[in-house]
Amino acid sequence: MPVLRLLRRVLARLGGAVFVLWAVASVTFFAVRLIPGDPAQAVLGGPGSQASPEALGAVNAEYGFDQPVIVQYFAQLGRLATGDLGRSYALNQDVGSLMLSQLGGTLLLAVLALALAWLLALALATWSTQSGRIASRVGSALEIVAAALPHFWLATSLIVVFSIWLGVLPPISTGGALGLVLPVLTLAIPLAGFLGQIMRESLLRALESPFVLSARARGESESGVRWIHALRHASLPAISLSGWAFGSLISGAVVVETIFARPGLGRTLLNAVTLRDVPVVIGVVMIVAVAYILMTLLTDAVSRLVDPRLRLS
Amino acid sequence: MSEADTSAARRNGDTSRSERAAALSVRNLRVGFGAAAPVVRGVSFDIAPGECLAIVGESGSGKSVTARSLLGLAGANARVSADRLELGGHSVLGLTEPAWQARRGKDVGLVLQDALVSLDPLRPIGREIADSLRLHTGLGASARAERVLELLDAVGLPDPELQVQKLSGQLSGGERQRALIAAAIALSPPLLIADEPTTALDVTVQAQILALLEQITGAGTAVLLISHDLAVVSRIAHRVAVLHDGVLVETGRTERVLGWPEQEQTRRMVAAIPADKPRGTRLSEADTPNIPDTAIDSVRKTPADNTIVLEAIGLSKSFRHPDGTRQLAVDTVSFALPRGSTLGIVGESGSGKTTTARLLLALLTPEHGEVRVFGQPWSTAREKTRRALRPGVGAIYQDALGSFDPRWSVAEILSDALSLGRQRRTPQTTARLATLLDEVGLAATVLLRRPLELSGGQRQRVGIARALAGKPQILICDEPVSSLDVTVQAQVLDLLDDVQRERGLSLVFISHDLGVVAHVSDQIAVMRAGRIVELGPALRVFAEPQHPYSAQLLAAVPRLSA
Repeated sequence: MPVLRLLRRVLARLGGAVFVLWAVASVTFFAVRLIPGDPAQAVLGGPGSQASPEALGAVNAEYGFDQPVIVQYFAQLGRLATGDLGRSYALNQDVGSLMLSQLGGTLLLAVLALALAWLLALALATWSTQSGRIASRVGSALEIVAAALPHFWLATSLIVVFSIWLGVLPPISTGGALGLVLPVLTLAIPLAGFLGQIMRESLLRALESPFVLSARARGESESGVRWIHALRHASLPAISLSGWAFGSLISGAVVVETIFARPGLGRTLLNAVTLRDVPVVIGVVMIVAVAYILMTLLTDAVSRLVDPRLRLS
Repeated sequence: MSEADTSAARRNGDTSRSERAAALSVRNLRVGFGAAAPVVRGVSFDIAPGECLAIVGESGSGKSVTARSLLGLAGANARVSADRLELGGHSVLGLTEPAWQARRGKDVGLVLQDALVSLDPLRPIGREIADSLRLHTGLGASARAERVLELLDAVGLPDPELQVQKLSGQLSGGERQRALIAAAIALSPPLLIADEPTTALDVTVQAQILALLEQITGAGTAVLLISHDLAVVSRIAHRVAVLHDGVLVETGRTERVLGWPEQEQTRRMVAAIPADKPRGTRLSEADTPNIPDTAIDSVRKTPADNTIVLEAIGLSKSFRHPDGTRQLAVDTVSFALPRGSTLGIVGESGSGKTTTARLLLALLTPEHGEVRVFGQPWSTAREKTRRALRPGVGAIYQDALGSFDPRWSVAEILSDALSLGRQRRTPQTTARLATLLDEVGLAATVLLRRPLELSGGQRQRVGIARALAGKPQILICDEPVSSLDVTVQAQVLDLLDDVQRERGLSLVFISHDLGVVAHVSDQIAVMRAGRIVELGPALRVFAEPQHPYSAQLLAAVPRLSA
């Protein structure tokens, strides 16, 4: 019986994931069409290339641009179904291998930013709920300000402070651990503010609940109350939001990778959109969608680990 | 020899010392918060080992604050002072937080109400119970696990091996309350403080938990019982202390305080207990303790006639569990309500009372059977037709606060009900608002307040006023007094009785409390597992229940047994 239930859940999840991927691919396919310009020109080096009508015609025939949109759509879906992301128009390179080469950098950035955001949020929430009224005001103000900071402004400010005034960190993120610091900070700080707000509120609620009073009445210390009881409750909403946060980190990577001239999916996506490089755009979006789905599965699994009540029904 | 054994030996062996030292001695305890006036003002009492003292008071009387101060848990901004505060002969005044932590759980245990939230819902109960052992003894994990099983066995939880892994949410109300008690007595503390330990429980379960606490007292533990309900504590308390507005107004042996109350506040609380008081007896006036025998007949000015205003015919309704199985919540329920009379429906949680109420209000559609109102189709009618008749059937809910839009003022809530949703204020509306408020005994000053700014009793009065706004002939009351203090409950019950007589209303009164139901009802229906197991005249059901389950419920009713 439990095996059967597990199987049913896995199948339902898998079906959901396939549906999301199909929807993402479809929306992207049609959305890219709204970008003005001729795809054949993109293949031949962009609008500035002044390609001859014959060359354009040949490209149209080769890539199937002369076919009706619906035929192109199903051809695209068919290729995606077999795992073939196609060839980039502009780079004349296999999109799959291009993704693989760009994925690592962005994932590293997003994962580090998520981890740092969690650390900052936990520290802020813990400190501001146990150090008196002023700390609580300061903490909540810090969270609001941090959550409101736009990435582009934060990135340039960090560059001005740490690269130009202090000269301790490079303004360009090319390899090396030091180059990661500013991009990770840029992504982590606003997210930390956001997660911190959620955590502080649920931490306060947990600290006021009767089971915490019961624990104190058993002689539990303040740190025991926090670590054994309250923080576990406080982390639940933040865990479920981390899946969403991961998605927002990848979209944030578009800005951050561009500002810090860092190779990665974000910058590839921006270039591909500018050049109307449809296969690359779809490739990036599909990869992000897969990452998002995996991240949601992961946060669900972590939630079930932290909250045993979810394992019951 | 384990820590738990030594503390047991200390209590059982060295009796001469424990006789001398009170388990708890409090003199002139004062507790205040911030700059406000103190909420506990000079409370003094002693508890001997093996004695159960009950502190009884209404909400806001300072009883929970008193209990928490005895554990050093009154809060960071509390100002606690006393001439003497001794646990087991040792002063605990001005203890540092680490010193308190060393004592809590070992020298004094705490049991709160509703273990669903008083045990960490994310941790298995075994872990929660083992916590005091982990904190105060050097026992290893396996020794702790063994002790937890012994404790669960001692508090009467069957199959301890199966239960230790469960979360509080997987246990029934009585089971988890037992687990909570096991956690508090893990180290056999000489003093156990129980703050409303049975308030969220059904009467039969409440009786079991009280018996367990009595057993703990019998084993030599001093028990301080905190409650709002005199009848509940009278079952096990040796002495009762009545707390009013932060002052102990009366302390004495339980029989004496209940039988010959000396103070006004105590008399009011004793009079408010509905069990065994005949229908129509005033509960909220302490100065009329003796009701003449003729009262029962004389109070009923508009006696019930034989017109049936509300009829349930073979109602059934089932719900689907998340795992796909169906459960019959209401199973072929039938009754008829004559005009001007009250039908009381009594049963424990999960017996289908609230589902029945929703079926009667046509908020749910029955799978089988039919509800008829004023002889007309009701549950089978279309909502459009029914809507015109809805003002004739009013509803009062247990959670008055939750039934109001928190952003609306009382004036908005009531004028919305008066205009049946069409928001237009006219001079007549204002006049009718004043009449309504007057009828439920509220001053016009509450009109501008929001529900959160009202007391529990005031909220339920507004709830009644809202139900009366549509000039109903039938009122469906679902646990209307369950979340109220006994004295406030008495006032609300009297109010319902008044409006029923003045307006000639027919009532369906749903409650888990047979004492309350017996007091207000002409007929009683006893529900169990979705079925009506007994239906008959209130006096007969109360005096000689036919069904064994009714008898069991009746036996568990808190009454002044002293």
